[in-house]
Amino acid sequence: MRQALLIFNREFKDYFISPIAYIVIAVFLIVTGWLFFSTFFIFDQADMRRFFNLLPFVFALVVPIITMRLFSEEINVGSYELLLTLPVTFRDIIIGKFLAAVAFAAAMLLPTLSYPIFISTIGDLDWGTTLGGYIGAILLAGAYAGIGLFASSLTRNQIIACIVAMVICVTLAIVDQMLFFFPQSIVDVITFISSNAHFSNIAKGILDSRDLLYFVSVAFLGLYATHLSMEEK
Amino acid sequence: MIHVEGLTKYYDTFCAVDHIDLDVKGGEIVGLLGPNGAGKTTTLRMLTGYFQPTSGDIKVKTHSIYENPLAIKQLIGYLPESAPLYKSMIVYDYLDHIARIRGLAGEDKQKRIAELADMCAMRGIMHKTIDTLSKGLKQRVGLAHAMMSDPEILILDEPTSGLDPNQIVEIREIIRKIGREKTVILSTHILSEAEATCDRIVIINKGRIIADGSTQELTAGKGGDRQIQIGLMGVTADEAAARLKEVPGIVEVVPMDCDEADTIRLNMVCRSEGDVRPDLYATVKATDWVLVELGREAKNLETIFRELTREN
Repeated sequence: MRQALLIFNREFKDYFISPIAYIVIAVFLIVTGWLFFSTFFIFDQADMRRFFNLLPFVFALVVPIITMRLFSEEINVGSYELLLTLPVTFRDIIIGKFLAAVAFAAAMLLPTLSYPIFISTIGDLDWGTTLGGYIGAILLAGAYAGIGLFASSLTRNQIIACIVAMVICVTLAIVDQMLFFFPQSIVDVITFISSNAHFSNIAKGILDSRDLLYFVSVAFLGLYATHLSMEEK
Repeated sequence: MIHVEGLTKYYDTFCAVDHIDLDVKGGEIVGLLGPNGAGKTTTLRMLTGYFQPTSGDIKVKTHSIYENPLAIKQLIGYLPESAPLYKSMIVYDYLDHIARIRGLAGEDKQKRIAELADMCAMRGIMHKTIDTLSKGLKQRVGLAHAMMSDPEILILDEPTSGLDPNQIVEIREIIRKIGREKTVILSTHILSEAEATCDRIVIINKGRIIADGSTQELTAGKGGDRQIQIGLMGVTADEAAARLKEVPGIVEVVPMDCDEADTIRLNMVCRSEGDVRPDLYATVKATDWVLVELGREAKNLETIFRELTREN
């Protein structure tokens, strides 16, 4: 676990060396800020629900950009060889990189804490619901990061890793809005695999263990698949 | 120290390494020699635990790669070809990171990084981004990486490839310094390098070991044919060749090109046991030829390498 933390430490710092990190954060804040506040006063409700509702789709586009380099770059440059010949296990590497991606997503969300602070000055904000929403947002980022990490472990090309992860994440985010395409018998299953359906409960302020379990499971599956993919190499 | 048995690696159907057996004693500097694509890098990658062998076993001290790969990784320091380091990091941060992963902390860590900075002559570049370093400097950082835990075994894949002559000498000196205490395995396709740095040379071709021994053993072995060149005046090449062939120990006499007028040069192949030069001299003395040149050369590593690895 000590080794995993060291890898986390390096990966997390590495994000902030390149300008891409700052660009991603800026774009994320502009897009979500604009989509959220452009209709905020029309609805006239002092809550964060419509901000959180944006996240399953926006994260599906942003998290793959965060995770795409984690393995692909190392495989491409060759530092992967050095990493694997150090006394670290696959698990240390995967957990370290995964936590770095999630921590980066958390850092990206940090400036948005100004929204609830601002809203609470003009209306009566439910802090419990908001806090639950942020916890859910971290879990959502974790689930997508698991998928992104797996995609990154498949290829040395970062763009391919990014697109593969985006396709999977966006599918999970929007599939519950396409239910009319599917036969009645599998609608329940489709709804269950949709990240949007699970996250909308959280956005409403309901922290249901089934939803939490869903995000943890997706993240775990992604990480497990990454492990298999590393063993395969 | 290292015991390799029946080591084999297939990439799909291509056999890169084919049943290699190798024993490396502690304190040896072993050079793995072979043409490109002979399986040198694949062998080293299996030794370091980066690749899983298709079959066969590697034991380092008492640990097997199948049972305790982490213990082996603790014992080995590895520098892959062209030192693929984290480019965006500063040299000091990078070494600090590696030191932590290698389990060093606090005072010990600082001391070790300072030692390595002196040993690899990198004091002046500790604050630079790895990306901006020249190839030779990167290679030094890579060496420092490999030696961080003061490992008993050092594995270097083409440590001098792509460096300029000065850098090659510097890196070689560092390797020789390390080799006094450690077991070093390095791969190269530069023969003079293997001759200059290694105690023992293992030649690999098409995934198989085809020669194994010290430089002297290899050059003396293989029949140990020696070549003698002789330069004469006052005689035709054919006449001299016919006469010299009768000297005992001479196997073959071949006339060579010669730039000087009135002079002929002959190349003679002779058996390795005994020295035929006194007999040659006596033969020439009995005639009225003038001897202008007499030289002997043992077959060098390069010739042996070419003979062993040539197609067919």
